[in-house]
Amino acid sequence: MVMSELPVINSRSLELSYKIPISKTKRFWDGLKEGKILATKCRRCGKLYFPPVADCGACYSSYMDWVELSGEGRLVTYTHVIVKPASFRDEQPYTVAVAELKEGVKALAWLTNVKRKDIKIGMGVRLVPKQFTDGRVAYVFTPLTGEGRDQ
Amino acid sequence: MRRVAIIGVGHSKFGDRQDVNLKELAFEAVKPALEDAGVTPKDIAYVTVGSIGVWSEEPLPAVAVAEYCGLTGAGLVRTEAACATGSAAVYNAYTAIASGMVDLAAVIGVEKMREVDTSLAVELIGRAGSYLWEFEYFGMTFPSYYALYATAYMNRYGATEEDLALVAVKAHKYGALNPLAHLQREISIEDVLSSYVVSWPLKLYDSCPISDGSAAIVLASEEKVRELRIDTPVWIAGVGYSSGTSTLSYRNDFVGIEASVKASQQAYRMAGVGPDKIDVANVHDCFTIAELLAYEDLGFARRGEGFKMIREGETEIGGRIPVNVDGGLKAKGHPIGATGVSMIVEQTKQLREEIKPRSRQAPLKNYIALTHNVGGTGHYCYITILKR
Repeated sequence: MVMSELPVINSRSLELSYKIPISKTKRFWDGLKEGKILATKCRRCGKLYFPPVADCGACYSSYMDWVELSGEGRLVTYTHVIVKPASFRDEQPYTVAVAELKEGVKALAWLTNVKRKDIKIGMGVRLVPKQFTDGRVAYVFTPLTGEGRDQ
Repeated sequence: MRRVAIIGVGHSKFGDRQDVNLKELAFEAVKPALEDAGVTPKDIAYVTVGSIGVWSEEPLPAVAVAEYCGLTGAGLVRTEAACATGSAAVYNAYTAIASGMVDLAAVIGVEKMREVDTSLAVELIGRAGSYLWEFEYFGMTFPSYYALYATAYMNRYGATEEDLALVAVKAHKYGALNPLAHLQREISIEDVLSSYVVSWPLKLYDSCPISDGSAAIVLASEEKVRELRIDTPVWIAGVGYSSGTSTLSYRNDFVGIEASVKASQQAYRMAGVGPDKIDVANVHDCFTIAELLAYEDLGFARRGEGFKMIREGETEIGGRIPVNVDGGLKAKGHPIGATGVSMIVEQTKQLREEIKPRSRQAPLKNYIALTHNVGGTGHYCYITILKR
């Protein structure tokens, strides 16, 4: 978009970064480092949460158990992100997918190690912990063996 | 509950408005709205300002806008419901009057999104889904959210990228006839298909522009309508609202927006009409796929058949139910806080049969119109049904 040449005042700039508390879900972040994908399950009503939560919005219990997920699931939908947000400027275009895991919860994450043409809704994927180059740990989908894995 | 009418409307030019700041832009809509209603700022007892505001300098814009428009002293609040902010602001003012608290209220929707560059705007909107789980690591953008719906919808029902393109072609056709629209030129299916991919399968021309703009309305109680001798009040006959999960992966499916279904059913019930009685509508088409989902969620088409409506031209003027004949978010623009208010301005003018040029005026049989305003990807939905 061409900016017009009309006069403006450049405001003071502001650098914003938030300290997001994770005390109540620290087990999840520790689990990633141990190679596990953990969810929380409400001890009272049994509702399973991924992403995990410390409090159950369904029955208002705060007694949650940590349970390990298989990570295995089926692809529900996906997109290739070409126009990226400012803070992802240096990333290559990435594919974001939603899959339904065997345990019945869904997850949203990058889908990696697969050629775009081989991605199909319904294909088998596995959610695995992933350390990014900047040292941060999260999780990504990869195809289940034999389902379009990018060699 | 008292009856509430729209008695004044105002609308700025949408677009790249580097010639004005937020307050000056709001004034462009407030002045004609008050003049249209025949009231002065002193008469307004309550003001709701719909504005997100992170992309322009005033962090809390309501008080700045009210001061500039001579509305200081009125009850004042900023309303936020993501992209449904404007309609939520209308709803708040509506309830203030319906409840008997006030007789005259103003709603001002205003947004200046182009004071930051495009990639920062994309970032700020992308952060507004579920920040920790969807943005921090995965960099979701709003085109990406709707792209997830587009992929799932096309896969389930056999709709094509050409069907999506038809929505953009229709929007631009009417945008070209709307002097207040951001994008005022016609485009072809080929233009859409050959535009660059933003978040596959959505392309640039599947997406609404980043716009500056404002819209305002004046609402009045029935007593006030009589006292002011308003000759063409447009009544708010039904309202409906609902919400969806913040985190997308908590949703059941990606082929429809549940909040839209619930909100529309509530509004139809309150107005005592069904979708077959709607003469003309504005639906939330931030991306082309969103318009197809809306046809189905609002009951204009059966589930999985929305794309057939656009193929058959049923939502053009002359079709079964004209939709977004002001250009929609797609061509008119989507200055977030202004959008829902702009929809109400458009439908008020449609019902008053004041649309210029006349080629954009929808034929009226029942004198009933509907607006559908979605916040986020179905995080919020507000429906307003208007009746002359």
